[in-house]
Amino acid sequence: MRQLHFEEAHAKEWDEFEKFLDDPKKSPFAAEEMPPRYRRICQSLALAADRQYSPELVDRLNQLALRGHHALYRNRRRESQRVLEFLLAGFPALVRAERRLVLAASLLFFGPLLGLIAVLQAYPEFVHYLLAPEQIANFHQMYDPANRRLGSREADSSLMMFGFYIWNNIRIGFQTFAGGLLAGVGSIWFLAANGVVIGAVAGYLTQVGYTQTFWSFVAGHSSLELVAIAIAGAAGLRLGMAVISPGNVSRRAALVAAARPAVRLMYGAAMMFLAAAFVEAFWSPLTEFGFQTKIIVGIAGWVLLLGYFLLAGRSSAAR
Amino acid sequence: MLDTTRRVATPEGIELTLRLAGPVPRALAWSVDFVLRVAVVFVVMMVAGPLGAAGTGIALITAFFVEWLLPAWFETRWNGQTPGKRAFGIAVLNDDGTPVRWPAALTRNLLRAVDFLPLFYGIGLVAMLASRDFKRLGDLAAGTVVVYQAEKTSARVFPEAPPVSPPFALSLEEQRAVLELAERASTLTRERLEELAELPSPLVGSLDGSRAAARLIGMANYIAGRK
Repeated sequence: MRQLHFEEAHAKEWDEFEKFLDDPKKSPFAAEEMPPRYRRICQSLALAADRQYSPELVDRLNQLALRGHHALYRNRRRESQRVLEFLLAGFPALVRAERRLVLAASLLFFGPLLGLIAVLQAYPEFVHYLLAPEQIANFHQMYDPANRRLGSREADSSLMMFGFYIWNNIRIGFQTFAGGLLAGVGSIWFLAANGVVIGAVAGYLTQVGYTQTFWSFVAGHSSLELVAIAIAGAAGLRLGMAVISPGNVSRRAALVAAARPAVRLMYGAAMMFLAAAFVEAFWSPLTEFGFQTKIIVGIAGWVLLLGYFLLAGRSSAAR
Repeated sequence: MLDTTRRVATPEGIELTLRLAGPVPRALAWSVDFVLRVAVVFVVMMVAGPLGAAGTGIALITAFFVEWLLPAWFETRWNGQTPGKRAFGIAVLNDDGTPVRWPAALTRNLLRAVDFLPLFYGIGLVAMLASRDFKRLGDLAAGTVVVYQAEKTSARVFPEAPPVSPPFALSLEEQRAVLELAERASTLTRERLEELAELPSPLVGSLDGSRAAARLIGMANYIAGRK
């Protein structure tokens, strides 16, 4: 068939398809007709290339096929329902599936944290190897029992601290994750370094006797925030493992495969950081509630969170 | 071929051609996005400034979302383009040529933190130059490529002449070469055009410069379908 006849025979169909791509609402044909029409465009492209028709025509058909491909393979599923499903079932099931990495990351983070709290009770002067004098003075001021609000200086508003916790804490979580790409080294560094700093502050303030102010401030958000750091670290280690030991596929394929669960872990971790920032800004600084109430709320937070990760989503995971 | 293209096979049994975008247009697009990000945070700071500490909080929340999530949001909503990418006509696609969705967009945007190291996208640039598809580490992990957006093909303009059929069937590559010569005829000097036109001797035989050029332009008219 001559090119001219070929173009004449199909021109109307190509123009209509182009109109559909430009604006599906003003399309000359119904949306259900799109897939068969797209397949005919693909057929025309294959024929035109095979019959060596002019490059101009082949380019135009390649482009129609490319745009049709994008329109056809775009996913339009509702996201809102999937977010809820992920929070109720998918996320805890994923954390359980990745429990070895989550435990490894927890060890790297909670190990130095708890170790330093214990060490600083016996050797308080050791804190000077870990924190600068200005930092120590700053923490003194923040948790002075004379404060009416805890964890921040008097004039700071809750909303400002909320913004600060989002900007700072979630960024640390993201860096802990991204660092995993460097063969896991970045994640290990951020986990251990954050464990050391938090452990040093907690151990020091307990030792100097700011127990009530410090622990009543951190109790409420501690479960969400600390576990979120460990999960972000686990997501980073997932990437690092793909680089170090890809198994029987190429490093590149292993990385692509590892990125999928890793980024899903990060969705969950980011939401936990967000919730932790909210609690830290609007509940933790309150002094209207007694020390006991705050500690009980904190412990309840840990119990609920551990219960969530151990139990939630078991039935739907089996489905 | 030296061209930076990537061919993708679709389920319909055809191959689509994607034109990959290199470090320079991507860096330019990034700088446009960066300026826009700074501008957004600046405007929010100006507007929320009178609220005092609460205003600072709002500005910090804005800064967080604008830096980490907004690029990914644009890439999922705007056919793989951020405002900067749109300005330079490039877009992010999955490796198989389909539009990116949240997981891939978020993966590549979070891993920007690593590509940025040690300073100013050092790792990202090395990774891009070392990979065949100009992928930075975030693209490798997310399985995405950055490509030039398909532009609407404009009609070819070249001198009209009575069509001349080539003495034998030309391959697609050869047809392209003839068409491109005809398209560039108006921008070349007459001497250079004639010099080039004498080269494909199977087509023009031993014709001299100006007649060879006229003959090739005639063939271009034939190939373009002006009969």
